[in-house]
Amino acid sequence: MSISNKPLLWLPFAGGGMLAALLLPALMLVLLLDSLGMLSTAALAHERVRAWVSQPLVAISACVFITLVIWHAAHRLRMTLQDLGVRDAGARRLSARICYSAATLATVALAWVWV
Amino acid sequence: MSSSVYTPKLPRWWWLHHAGYRRYMVRELSCIPIGVFAVMLIVGCWRLEQGPESWQAFRAALATPLALVWQLIALAFAVYHSITWFALAPRTMPLRIGARRLPASWIAGAHYLAWAVLSLLVLRIVGG
Repeated sequence: MSISNKPLLWLPFAGGGMLAALLLPALMLVLLLDSLGMLSTAALAHERVRAWVSQPLVAISACVFITLVIWHAAHRLRMTLQDLGVRDAGARRLSARICYSAATLATVALAWVWV
Repeated sequence: MSSSVYTPKLPRWWWLHHAGYRRYMVRELSCIPIGVFAVMLIVGCWRLEQGPESWQAFRAALATPLALVWQLIALAFAVYHSITWFALAPRTMPLRIGARRLPASWIAGAHYLAWAVLSLLVLRIVGG
């Protein structure tokens, strides 16, 4: 049997999908309520949010969360593109390269922001 | 490749032909708003690091009408992702206790419970 890279992709796909399912709606709702002015201005004030992410555990968790969600989305988009008609081998390889390159770029950007 | 290789024919818009396929496609395409939102969070982290003025500008940009519409759409897709993800959980993570299988409704229910608890925590802690 040949060695497959699939488990390596499934882990971030499943992990990112689960974290997104559990946490994203609430996070989006908080940002939306803040945008609508329905939260107190202090809630997402710079010093408050900055104080959270200055704690290493919060910063690392946030990085892991965002990275896994990005890789989940990239992998799902790659698979969905096949359903939408990207079928021959060359086009599939190109779409995989684009999806995973974008995810890599986002991961590097996130690391660059916080290192 | 010889011409005897079987190549399945699928109409380009096959997924429009059936309500179940359309729901499937909406579920799969939820990855686009979710991915874009994650990129938005990275931008938010970057603006946060730049200082209070940049962070305020980021929040102000999120409060523009177009950004509000985008956030509503993203929220709808994210909720749909959660519902469909938890609905699949009994099949992707079947649990056995001894010889007995845990009922699917228990596994999905546990996920919904975790979703509710975590959402309340996020709203309480982050929302102030």
